[in-house]
Amino acid sequence: MAETIIFQSLPARPAPTKTEGLVPWAKANLFANWQSTVTTFVVGGLLLYFIPQFLNWAVLTATTVPNADACRAPGVGACWGVITEKYRLIIFGRYPLEEQWRPLVATLLLLALLVASCTRAFWNKWLLVLWAVVVAIFFALMYGNVLGLSKVTTDRWGGLPLTIMLSSMSMVMAFPLAIAVALGRRSKLPAIRTFCTIYVELIRGVPLISVLFMASFMFPLFMPQGVTIDVLIRVFAGLTLFAAAYMAEVIRGGLQAMPKGQAEAAASLGLSYWQTQGRIILPQALALVVPSIVNNFIGLFKDTSLVGIVSLYELTGSLGLALNGDADWRPFKLEGYVFITFIYFAFCFAMSRYSLWIEKQVNKSKLR
Amino acid sequence: MSTNLEGAKDVIVFDKVNKWYGNSFHVLRDINLNVKQGERIVICGPSGSGKSTLIRCINRLEEHQEGHLFVDGTELTDDVKAIDKVRKEVGMVFQQFNLFPHLTVLENLTLSPMYVGKVPKKEAEEKAMMQLKRVRIAEQAGKYPLQLSGGQQQRVAIARALCLTPKIMLFDEPTSALDPEMIKEVLDVMVAMADQGITMICVTHEMGFAKAVADRVIFMDQGQIVEQNNPHDFFNNPQTDRSKDFLSKILGH
Repeated sequence: MAETIIFQSLPARPAPTKTEGLVPWAKANLFANWQSTVTTFVVGGLLLYFIPQFLNWAVLTATTVPNADACRAPGVGACWGVITEKYRLIIFGRYPLEEQWRPLVATLLLLALLVASCTRAFWNKWLLVLWAVVVAIFFALMYGNVLGLSKVTTDRWGGLPLTIMLSSMSMVMAFPLAIAVALGRRSKLPAIRTFCTIYVELIRGVPLISVLFMASFMFPLFMPQGVTIDVLIRVFAGLTLFAAAYMAEVIRGGLQAMPKGQAEAAASLGLSYWQTQGRIILPQALALVVPSIVNNFIGLFKDTSLVGIVSLYELTGSLGLALNGDADWRPFKLEGYVFITFIYFAFCFAMSRYSLWIEKQVNKSKLR
Repeated sequence: MSTNLEGAKDVIVFDKVNKWYGNSFHVLRDINLNVKQGERIVICGPSGSGKSTLIRCINRLEEHQEGHLFVDGTELTDDVKAIDKVRKEVGMVFQQFNLFPHLTVLENLTLSPMYVGKVPKKEAEEKAMMQLKRVRIAEQAGKYPLQLSGGQQQRVAIARALCLTPKIMLFDEPTSALDPEMIKEVLDVMVAMADQGITMICVTHEMGFAKAVADRVIFMDQGQIVEQNNPHDFFNNPQTDRSKDFLSKILGH
């Protein structure tokens, strides 16, 4: 009988490293073939043409002097003076000037809370208490009428604090509502299923502007005499209901993607419906749809600019408020828009980055 | 090998159980079956014969529409409390393992004891580690399921089911999704479990396992129990043409 041959496995080697350096990189990515080379030159040419012009306007010939005449001088580019002059009105809206430290402190507190909520170390039951406390302080500071603070009614709230408050709070309220609706649409009980479906289809079928309009003008008509709900609360409810309908569909998509075996395994282990959803299905389903949920959040953040329709002046609205009535500065609205664009972008970009981090966190269990 | 089942009580009773999928597919037809405490049963048959459905009725993953089904003295109906009680007595192992991929191996095992059994975390973990040692995989406790091989995952799934200290274990084709080299490690664990007196019902085509472990082999086709016998007689002297045909196909090579 022949002797057995001993199998010997080859030792593992590291994968070949990519060539480093600028020239090989450019060769591979910019000039790989003639199509790529042409595209590189066309796009490069356009950038070379437009970027200097923009820089010239925005930086080199710009002025930051808060003087409308200086801005009108020939040869002057961007007039950042409009920001220097009007930034408090743009950022805080019609909130009384001498009291603007209050929205500033309140908003910083709220932002700190949002950042904390996004951090793993804070993910426990105390976070809910923290939210209750911070939101209470936020409203106390904004509304006043306590501790010697003067009363500032909600129609004078505005600018960035209003944007941040409306969007963050409707996100926080819309998220659990969306989960409930998504689960409801998959319920075995026809009444719940039908109700959730009607809600989603109804809200999705109309533009946000009409939801806000109805919340603001039509809702009071149905209220009993003498009962009024603050317009801010009605708008907040409108935004929440609107955002939740869209988010519910995103979450339902995640739920659909879960293999049936997961729920079956949970059932065979004796877990109840809520234990199964809360510990097995939702953690995985939500992880699948993190990018879409953040997409919705970003959309909601910018959608708050539509509350102008019901005379609430959030960031975009207060820009108009600041410039429309002032003939001297009205021509420089473009600079104003560039300014708030940066503010919007900063927040949206932060959300987008956070989404990437969250994706990494939730996908840890899938790494080899 | 066969267990002494003299005087053992019936732990599962199917009494004329019928089930349909939708309106037209009659998947279980007049099933009558008594399983004794400690009995080890292997169910085999062609695909679509209803064998998976049969065992999934035992822990109410499927509902039967006619007849009566008793598990450990409790009748399975729409009553949620009865279902919960039965599920505490019955562990199940699936073809696709169905481990929870977002939880570590240890968390997969402690989940049900902690949240259903209300066992303190430390105690649940100690018990879980004991079960992991039993299936010889304790060193993987901190890993996530997808970081393990198929055979390892299935052994974790068996350990997870055992953490509930069930009276009855159901296996739904536990080795069908495994590479040939991994089948043995899972079957070894199951054979070891068979020695400990737990009631086992196993849907499988591993005829070697059936011969070694089963007290009774049940052959199903088209939603019916066609034939049942001890493994020796079933394999050597099948009574029906249908089982002869089936055996000639699976033992033909």
